[in-house]
Amino acid sequence: MGHSEEYQKLEGRIFTKSFFILLSVVLLGFYFVGVRYVKGIGAVSNMSDGYPWGIWITYDVATGTAIACGGYAVAILVYIRNRMQYHPMIRSAILTSMFGYGLAGFSVMVDLGRPWNAYNFFIPSKWQANSAMFEVALCVMAYSTVLILEFLPAILTSIEKSKWERMNAIRNWLHPKIAPDKKTMEDKLEMVRLGAAWLNPRLNKVLIFFIVLGITLPTMHQSSLGSLLLIASTKLHPLWHTGFLPLLFLLNCVFIGYSIAILESIISSYSFKRPFEIEELSGLAGLIPFVTVIWLTVVIGDLSYRGQIHAALKGDFYSGWFMTEFLLVACGSLILFVKKARKSARWLFISASMIVLGGALYRFNVYLIGFNPGQGWKYFPSFAEVMITVGIVALEILGYKVFVALFPVLPNMDLHGAHKKKGHAKKHKGSEADKHLPAGEAHAH
Amino acid sequence: MKKTSRRDFLKLAGATGAGLLACGAGSAMANEGLQVNNDELGMLYDATKCVGCKACMSACKRVNSDYGSLSYEKAKFDEDGLWDAPSDLSGSTRTLIKLFKESEKRWSYVKYSCMHCQKPSCVSVCPVSAMTKEKVSGIVDYNKNTCIGCRYCQIACPYNIPKFQWEKAVPQIVKCDLCKATNLREKGITACAETCPAGAIKFGKRKDLLEEAHQRLKDAPDKYVAHVYGEHEGGGTNHLYLASMPFNKLGLPEIKPEAPAEFSEKIQHTIYKGFIAPVALYSTLCFIAVKNMKKHKGHDDDHQKGDK
Repeated sequence: MGHSEEYQKLEGRIFTKSFFILLSVVLLGFYFVGVRYVKGIGAVSNMSDGYPWGIWITYDVATGTAIACGGYAVAILVYIRNRMQYHPMIRSAILTSMFGYGLAGFSVMVDLGRPWNAYNFFIPSKWQANSAMFEVALCVMAYSTVLILEFLPAILTSIEKSKWERMNAIRNWLHPKIAPDKKTMEDKLEMVRLGAAWLNPRLNKVLIFFIVLGITLPTMHQSSLGSLLLIASTKLHPLWHTGFLPLLFLLNCVFIGYSIAILESIISSYSFKRPFEIEELSGLAGLIPFVTVIWLTVVIGDLSYRGQIHAALKGDFYSGWFMTEFLLVACGSLILFVKKARKSARWLFISASMIVLGGALYRFNVYLIGFNPGQGWKYFPSFAEVMITVGIVALEILGYKVFVALFPVLPNMDLHGAHKKKGHAKKHKGSEADKHLPAGEAHAH
Repeated sequence: MKKTSRRDFLKLAGATGAGLLACGAGSAMANEGLQVNNDELGMLYDATKCVGCKACMSACKRVNSDYGSLSYEKAKFDEDGLWDAPSDLSGSTRTLIKLFKESEKRWSYVKYSCMHCQKPSCVSVCPVSAMTKEKVSGIVDYNKNTCIGCRYCQIACPYNIPKFQWEKAVPQIVKCDLCKATNLREKGITACAETCPAGAIKFGKRKDLLEEAHQRLKDAPDKYVAHVYGEHEGGGTNHLYLASMPFNKLGLPEIKPEAPAEFSEKIQHTIYKGFIAPVALYSTLCFIAVKNMKKHKGHDDDHQKGDK
């Protein structure tokens, strides 16, 4: 890979020790998925008629998609707020979003009791527009498709440039009797390459409309994830049951999105031994407090309007969880108001983690902890149930690690690390690879 | 960090304004209001008449065994297989008699089954219309051939009525459908009401049941709590209750007169009425993004030389 591109592949081996550890976790999770399909949901989970939604919905869907909102949050910043300097971060953000949403969809299929009937979502006579679930389902399916389209340029570019080393290696490894003829294979691969080269510029021309769709859809379904619990007015604790649930969920996913983009960048810089992108990160971090302050204000304003402030300060089980969630977000944001903290990778990491934890806890509070179906019902996830979720998360990390090695996803260090010194000099170095995301890489200051 | 320019701010304000406008237009149209239909079918359960024989449970299980109701069910605590009844409504039990014990002298039976709401939450939340409310009879019915098994109906139902078959690889939701496909079709009455030897379950149209209930309250005011449970709860139910004890002690939750589904639908409709808000949001964002993009293209083209 040349030095002149915005994104680069990660050098190094794919099959490392951590790869196999993750793989074994994935396999264990999928064993339990198999058990679930043979013996029913009750055999692997502690869900009951009182708590029909367990951690699969609460974590994998409601919280997981918020954590996968990095792509959404960064796309707003780059394409709507016109901050092109964050463009190098967008591809890894979209990749994690793609895995997050894809696997949320997968765990829904594990969670659904009668998944073979899911085709009814595409039959207009069965549509039920009153249902927030209907809206969430269609939006999430559409958004997953959009995410794949948004990521496609990275795949097309690497097909265009591929020398098919891996394919040839596999061919050579196969027994000559079953291996395809070398010439035919090369011809066919050449056709794939030409196809990719044909599609890539055409996709680029319309990509911006998909990108904007990728901003509209999460706005819709993230707020609807809050609307899902509006109907549970007798079951959800008054600390959380409010008409503002859709707004709170929307704001919540935005600040989680920015925080997770920071965490992802710090973690991948650390584990792939690349320099931290402090300049961009502190810029992102400066935005978070604006969103969290609105969120916290709506929470307090709504509680006092409904006369529930006393419930928040009561000191019982529910108020404890509420205070934890509230203080995590508030304290995390307070740190980010300090300019010095925004320039330090350590403090950025601490505050972003606090905000993600607090924001995620908010979603747990709404879906599980604050949910009380009545006397006699209890829920705590079983081992198998947790392992299915852990397996899915492990698959997500595994996929990320493989993809950053196969495709140009991470910001190019040579360009990016030198961002401060070179300033806008780098934009002269545009190459074909830059064009797949129509905005180009450079932002003139 | 670069400061937001005034122009950016105006763009954002414009986008938000357009969205809000669309929302406002939606909310103006969203006042539907709930019409109570007293001609729908229902049942009146009088807890003071019930003798706790559970004949209704057996009859229900006998009649509806082809529709998800097992002929018997073993309770969790029943290791020896000797107990005569399930411990709760479940994936194989549609109706159940329980006994509330206040003291040695004062106790009351109570029957659980679907309340057949005027504005059912389960119908409102089902994403694929597997839960439906029949227009004429008012029966809240379930169609397993459409159901995807998401269990949102269980989350939504304030009475915890729909039950899921957790132990089955091919599960379904189980709830009372007023014997729609069985006893009601054959004999014109639900199996439980037909069987009840004590006259505790009366089957009929909602208006007749309400009249009867208020007559009983008037005739024997000392015997009853002065309230017909289900007359106004959650927008009204077709399954009505009379009892001598406070209803919340009998496991019937206190629910405001506004149907929970009214509240959630009002908000959902406000946001999505006519799909105006999403379309407005999308087109505004497109406008901004394309404009931003053009600015950059112009900029980049000056510098990029000769890449095809």
